[in-house]
Amino acid sequence: MLLIHCPYCEADHPELEFANAGEAHIVRPREMSNMSDEDFEAMFFIRDNPKGVSLERWRHVHGCGRFFNALRHTVSDTFLKVYKAGEARPSNDEIAKLIK
Amino acid sequence: MAKSPKATRVLPNQDHLTSNAFVTLEAAPAASRISLRASPRGAAAFAKNIGFDLPAKPSTSKSKSGVVALWLGPDEWMVFSESEPEKSLQPRRDHREYSATDISHRNTAYIVSGSGAQATLNSSCPRDLSQATFPVGACSRTILGKAEVILYRTGKEKFRVECWRSFAPYVWGLLVSGAQDANL
Amino acid sequence: MTQPFRIKGAGTLPHTRTIQFTFDGQSYEGYEGDTLASALLANGVHLMGRSFKYHRPRGVVAAGPEEPNALVGITRDRARHTPNVRASVQELYDGLNATSQNRFPTLNFDIGALNSLMSPFFPAGFYYKTFKWPAKAWDALYEPFIRRAAGLGEAPTESDPDRYVNRFAHCDVLIIGGGAAGLAAAQAAAEKSQSVILCDENPAMGGWLLADSDIQIDGQTGAQWAANMAAELATRDNVRLLTRTTGFGYFQHNMVGLVERITDHQARPEPSQPRERMWQVRAKQVVIAQGSIERAMVFPGNDRPGIVLAGAAQKWLNQYGVSVGSRIGVYTACDTAYAAAFDLHEAGIGIEVIVDYRKVVDETILAQAREHKIEVVLGATVAQTTGRLRINGMQVKTATGEQKEFDIDALLMSAGWTPSLHLYSQSRGKPVWDEASQRFLPGESPQDCICVGGCTGTDSMEQVLAEAERALGNKPRKFDIEDDVSTDGGIIGATGNSTEKGKAFVDFQNDVTAKDIALAVREGMHSIEHVKRYTTNGMATDQGKLSNMHGLAIAANLLKKPIPEVGLTTFRPPYTPTTFGSFVGHTRGPLFDPERKTPIHDWAVENGADFEPVSLWQRAWYFPRAGETMHEAVDRECRTTREIAGIFDASTLGKIEVTGPDAAAFMNIMYTNSWDKLKAGRAKYGIMCREDGFIYDDGVVGKLSDTRFHVTTTTGGAPRVLNHMEDYLQTEFPEMKVWLTSTSEQWATIAVQGPKAREIIEPLVTGADISAENFPHMSVVECKVCGVPARLFRISFTGELGFEINVPADYGRSIWDAVWRRAQPLGACAYGTEAMHVMRAEKGYIIVGQDTDGTVTPHDAGLSWAIAKSKPDFVGKRGMMRPDLVREGRRQLVGLKTSDPGKVLEEGAQIVEDPEQPVPMKMLGFVTSSYWSGTLGKSIALALIEDGSLRLGETLYVPMADEIIEVEVTGTVFYDEKGERLHG
Repeated sequence: MLLIHCPYCEADHPELEFANAGEAHIVRPREMSNMSDEDFEAMFFIRDNPKGVSLERWRHVHGCGRFFNALRHTVSDTFLKVYKAGEARPSNDEIAKLIK
Repeated sequence: MAKSPKATRVLPNQDHLTSNAFVTLEAAPAASRISLRASPRGAAAFAKNIGFDLPAKPSTSKSKSGVVALWLGPDEWMVFSESEPEKSLQPRRDHREYSATDISHRNTAYIVSGSGAQATLNSSCPRDLSQATFPVGACSRTILGKAEVILYRTGKEKFRVECWRSFAPYVWGLLVSGAQDANL
Repeated sequence: MTQPFRIKGAGTLPHTRTIQFTFDGQSYEGYEGDTLASALLANGVHLMGRSFKYHRPRGVVAAGPEEPNALVGITRDRARHTPNVRASVQELYDGLNATSQNRFPTLNFDIGALNSLMSPFFPAGFYYKTFKWPAKAWDALYEPFIRRAAGLGEAPTESDPDRYVNRFAHCDVLIIGGGAAGLAAAQAAAEKSQSVILCDENPAMGGWLLADSDIQIDGQTGAQWAANMAAELATRDNVRLLTRTTGFGYFQHNMVGLVERITDHQARPEPSQPRERMWQVRAKQVVIAQGSIERAMVFPGNDRPGIVLAGAAQKWLNQYGVSVGSRIGVYTACDTAYAAAFDLHEAGIGIEVIVDYRKVVDETILAQAREHKIEVVLGATVAQTTGRLRINGMQVKTATGEQKEFDIDALLMSAGWTPSLHLYSQSRGKPVWDEASQRFLPGESPQDCICVGGCTGTDSMEQVLAEAERALGNKPRKFDIEDDVSTDGGIIGATGNSTEKGKAFVDFQNDVTAKDIALAVREGMHSIEHVKRYTTNGMATDQGKLSNMHGLAIAANLLKKPIPEVGLTTFRPPYTPTTFGSFVGHTRGPLFDPERKTPIHDWAVENGADFEPVSLWQRAWYFPRAGETMHEAVDRECRTTREIAGIFDASTLGKIEVTGPDAAAFMNIMYTNSWDKLKAGRAKYGIMCREDGFIYDDGVVGKLSDTRFHVTTTTGGAPRVLNHMEDYLQTEFPEMKVWLTSTSEQWATIAVQGPKAREIIEPLVTGADISAENFPHMSVVECKVCGVPARLFRISFTGELGFEINVPADYGRSIWDAVWRRAQPLGACAYGTEAMHVMRAEKGYIIVGQDTDGTVTPHDAGLSWAIAKSKPDFVGKRGMMRPDLVREGRRQLVGLKTSDPGKVLEEGAQIVEDPEQPVPMKMLGFVTSSYWSGTLGKSIALALIEDGSLRLGETLYVPMADEIIEVEVTGTVFYDEKGERLHG
């Protein structure tokens, strides 16, 4: 069972309080009606499934209730970083550094 | 029009009480409760209704004159009072910067106290409830078995456990079971 | 004479309290502190079980949890029977009742042993090769055969009456294993004021120290030192010592599962005590001190009762005071077996010979053997053994090829020691192959975890203790240690020539031989994971604790590859068999799942309701009166509601308070409808979609003010709808000033429906005019009911004049009673969910999840009117435009009228155009809802059918097993199509 740091509660809490909410940093355009079928497919259906660093969303659903983002290594389950919803996606350089 | 009959209030857990050498479990009295969702400005505005600032640090609480405010999230507090529950905390209802929703009847609460209080809770709650990480005054939403609860530590050996009313029998069952194993 | 193999003066058991027990009905005596195995051995009983496949007679080989053979059933009473208990770890208690397994009729004579004669026909991969064809034989022949052969031991037939408990715990340091390394680590951590949990699977701390007669630490025997360390630790407040506690699983982020066995060793357990306690420990640091496990030698005939691990024999002697025989041989490739032989010899037991596979052995040891006058044969192999139910002799082939025979009644063996990497590997550590010592050792730790002692391959006691201290960041203390036992040597793989006659077992429990491994390799299994599954090596209840390394070495040798290239199979939890009870803990019966009940539930119970579960809720289904069937009760409830009135407990509906200046804008995003023009005091039916354009939930939404909505959801959908809304609010529209609060349980909801609904509630309501003119259909008002603040809706899910009274939940019962006191004299009734379903279907109102299945759009469901096309954005708007969602031929919701009005269709039944077409038929769709409508005197149904809206009036068919039902496609509204009754 994972131990997850909630960036809003500023503490580590047991996985039982959290719900995974899928891939992070998928942008939902405000003008969706104009999206091409291909763009909609990419936005809604296509997901990364990396062996390595996964950028994912969690919700501290049985805690503070907030959605936040995390970088989790899918092999070791190590959380490299957690950050609040709305904060920028870490650059690839930063991710590479965190893996080390 | 005939005079309307007066309704009477029935708590979902009013006869719940048990104890052993290590722990006492009892239903908390009726309370008025408000779920407050607020922007920072809204929190400041709401504070005027209760006469003290809301706790700003995660998982902490503040109280004054019987009114308790629990930090539950960055924009969420539960404010409750056990005095005069029928005259619930009634701030102005529609406000541009906050929402104060009456949840007096949604929730109910148990008091878990005694040297085995922490052990009783840890039979079903995965949280580290040691005083170092969950000191007196700490509060948090968490999980007790499959039920969502709010834990609020009111003393070294005393906790308040809030849950939704329909989960009360289940939460009670878990606490009673945990109490049987509270001696270590 | 009882206990003929109990050795006077040997062992650390006090031998004061005698214990009576039975094995296969025969009474025996042992001593307090014995295991079942040590007590049986004291009585000269080696034969304790039969192997799984060949039913070969088997004796106990190990003295610990790694035991593969001696699996017995322990029976306390009819409900308390535990199969597959390892006799080597079961503590003896008065009246213990053990039975052997996998034999018929008796352990000594077992018909199943014929399998052994048939063994040429049961090679590795036998199942895969044999049960392939003909396909028809599977049901009649193969499956029954396999089912009979499958399974080991018998499960009790009654439910488990014991109590199991769970505990979440946190500590600075968790130490798994209470041997020398674990004890030293615990003390080091305790002295640094860290909170410590130290667990060990045995009844006492000490590990191998309890069996080692040679070691001295600080002037004490190993056993004394361990006892004193444990006693000292027990006095500390910051240390929790858990004996009889197995660390069975190492999970993410330093979470370790421990199972504490509390009553399995007690003759008469206190009823107040739980049988087992599951500890879910989250530790800042984990110290693994699991020790190592001795390997058996792989040679022909290595499985006869009386052949045991040398270390086990040493433990039985030095701890329990038991000898495994009186004329003992030794077959070893490791120095430690000599120590076992010397201990037995010093206790007066005859050691016939030590056969050492190695050509060269350290001279000091050979000198000691000469002192003991024990013959040592170097560079030799054991070629065969004899004896049916117990070994009685062995043939030894010397280095020069000479054959020698020895009469023996027991044989000690040691192929060296395998460091236990189970928990380290479960922590996702990668074992590293150490070529010099020919073993896998722990590599880097991916978690905050450190291995110490035997499981790291450290052999000398001095180093073990130093390692433990260093693990805690301490400078090692100086212990005064005397320990002159060498642990050199060891072999992995088979000894001798694999073409020799006789079976050389690698995996005792699953009867996997060296030849089976060779066959698997020949047949193309080149990865150890494939070899394992093809041969079942290491797949028995002991999980290959003795066999995995041998299997790997044999395969690597044949593949001519280095061992690390062939790979190590994955270690998975649990380390040893763990009861289901310990996982379940106290979450059984009423604590398995919350059973949610409304504030009005007790009234329904008092009034004879039958209940149905809806998500976690118990809802009143119907209220049968004396002598009524369900059908009659539902008919009456519908009829009464339509003619007079009915009252219904709708409290389980989800409710969400949506407030804030942007509340309407947010509702515009979340629902397909437009909320701009809705006035305060009015209500609207809303549909919520997911981004894919499919219906997700629905419900009536009341607008209380410009900034406050009372949103209702389906009963089961409440949590996911709130989550869905929070998601969009927090992550897509964070700029919106909107707040969400679940009020599902704040309000008890009482629906009053029917022509007399207003008459019933009017006297109870104050502060609102609920007349038809001033409170029309789809209205909401805040008022008082019975003096309590209430939200009163005028809405209908029945098609009748209807109200829904929302009152604070603690008043729910009281106000329901008040409504009932008004309703009953008028002839109204209470109705349940079944009547509610019938009445809503008569009106064509859908139920999300019944008439929709996650692939139905609002258009498909005939709800296009609820989509505000002019809105620039709402969740699902773009999704609904997808080509597949706008094409022709989609399934659309329609009504069905059966040609025979008495015929009620089955929900889920498929619908076809032409029932005469050949199978497989083309399915046009299926029935989603179907009821008998007493009001209409005929059956009604809703169905999803291809191009349904274009088929009105068409005749279609529902082929069933025994008939074909003719139906006509109709609209979805069966009753009061113009909706006049709503406006009463």
